[in-house]
Amino acid sequence: MGTFADMVLVFVLLINLVLLGSSRLASCIRQVAIQGVVLGILPILVAGDAFHLRLLVLASGVFLLKGFVFPNLLFRSMRTANTRHEATPIIGQTASVVMGVVIVVASFWLTSSLELPPAEQAASDLVVPVSLATLLTGLLLIVSRHQALSQVVGYLVLENGVFIFGAALARDEPLLVEMGVLLDVLVAVLVMGIAMFHISRTFDHIDVEQLSQLRD
Amino acid sequence: MSIIPLILTVTLAPLMLGVINRTKAVIGGRQGQPLAQPYYNLWKLLGKGAVYSHTASWVFRAGPIVTLASVLVAAALMPLGSCPSLVSFSGDLVLFAYLLGLGRFFTVTAAMDTGSAFEGMGGSREVFFSTLAEPALLLGLAAVAKKAIGTPLVSLTEIHAHVTASLWAHSGLILVFVAVAFVIVFLAENSRIPVDDPNTHLELTMIHEVMVLDHSGPDFAFILYGAALKLWVLAALIVGMVIPNTGYFIVDLPISLVGMLAVSVMVGVIESVMARLRLLRVSQLLVSATAMTALALVLEYRG
Repeated sequence: MGTFADMVLVFVLLINLVLLGSSRLASCIRQVAIQGVVLGILPILVAGDAFHLRLLVLASGVFLLKGFVFPNLLFRSMRTANTRHEATPIIGQTASVVMGVVIVVASFWLTSSLELPPAEQAASDLVVPVSLATLLTGLLLIVSRHQALSQVVGYLVLENGVFIFGAALARDEPLLVEMGVLLDVLVAVLVMGIAMFHISRTFDHIDVEQLSQLRD
Repeated sequence: MSIIPLILTVTLAPLMLGVINRTKAVIGGRQGQPLAQPYYNLWKLLGKGAVYSHTASWVFRAGPIVTLASVLVAAALMPLGSCPSLVSFSGDLVLFAYLLGLGRFFTVTAAMDTGSAFEGMGGSREVFFSTLAEPALLLGLAAVAKKAIGTPLVSLTEIHAHVTASLWAHSGLILVFVAVAFVIVFLAENSRIPVDDPNTHLELTMIHEVMVLDHSGPDFAFILYGAALKLWVLAALIVGMVIPNTGYFIVDLPISLVGMLAVSVMVGVIESVMARLRLLRVSQLLVSATAMTALALVLEYRG
């Protein structure tokens, strides 16, 4: 529990719970940016003696992308999309936080019953539970929010969870694969921003609950 | 030596209230009340006569007495500055939580005994918030006990003795979570901002003050003194979890007293810079405190 990697992973868990409990869109975007930046620093911290220059390149890429580019895109979408800046989840905020704790407990239990190959290079034994918990939190965010922008934030949290999993079990991933994954996420967020812009221009809101009704 | 925490509690608790008021006044640019003003208030109230309504029964007269008695017994369970508490046995942390609950129950029933609508409203709010705050208290104590000792059902004195610098170095993260959750529980149980405003004069916004509206004279003195004792006891809980022990009470006792002073100043600062939250947000704040202690417990069992 005392290593730096453990503290970073627990901080990520904490940001998950804070995300589930916060309703203002601007703070959601900033929190997922902080989570992404902290996760970008994680591979450098756990490299130890296997420190390569490519880790520095990857970390700086993640820092730029998740710390500056994505928040800028999302804030721009928020401004042009004529949206209310409050996002009340469908199940209510208290229930979301309780579900978040249930997700953490379930992911710890799942990890103990999975038969994973022995990861002798894994930074700490918290990595797999935290990545599962972040994945499920991102899913919960996507499913339980009205505004399309909050669903994009949920998608970014999902991608953070996948990133943690990769950092744990695939220590020697080539740089090309990781850069490809980041490019994927960038293109996805750009496309989602364009889609939100068009939705808001047609319907004058981005509330997905109202998109399923037949009347205009 | 185990009588020392109880003596300090009984004598110094209203001083803590005075420090909070003085901090708020200094931040507000005023001179403020004398530090010993709560003592003068208690003395004045003890000399007055009490007025009882014709429709109130024995529950109304018993409420303040039972509240004060339960908080005094809870104070006998709480260690301070590596002096053991007067009474300690395995599992007394559950008794501690439920003694506070007993006091709260009698306050609420005495309030409802008056038959007034405002007291009933305050009683229902108070019970709702303590329902949300109690799991945080018990889960936090269980997490620290499990980390420090190994089984969750020990006495408060043993938990307190095990919070050392090595525990902080080894698992400081869990203690930070539990300490933050305990601060939120402290603010909720003692009806401080952001959960409740102790200075409001609008009955519609009161939670704790509205329940004691009809008490007067010595009853009101008992209630004020019991509230000061509860403030001290819960602050001693926080100080016990946060400040690492060395084991020598000559060193630890002054440090713990300084810690209590720091807690009072912190409460005064929080009261000066924040406003009371909306009632919906208060329940979310308390649920987030419970979530933090649950997270600490899960990490303890797995980490």
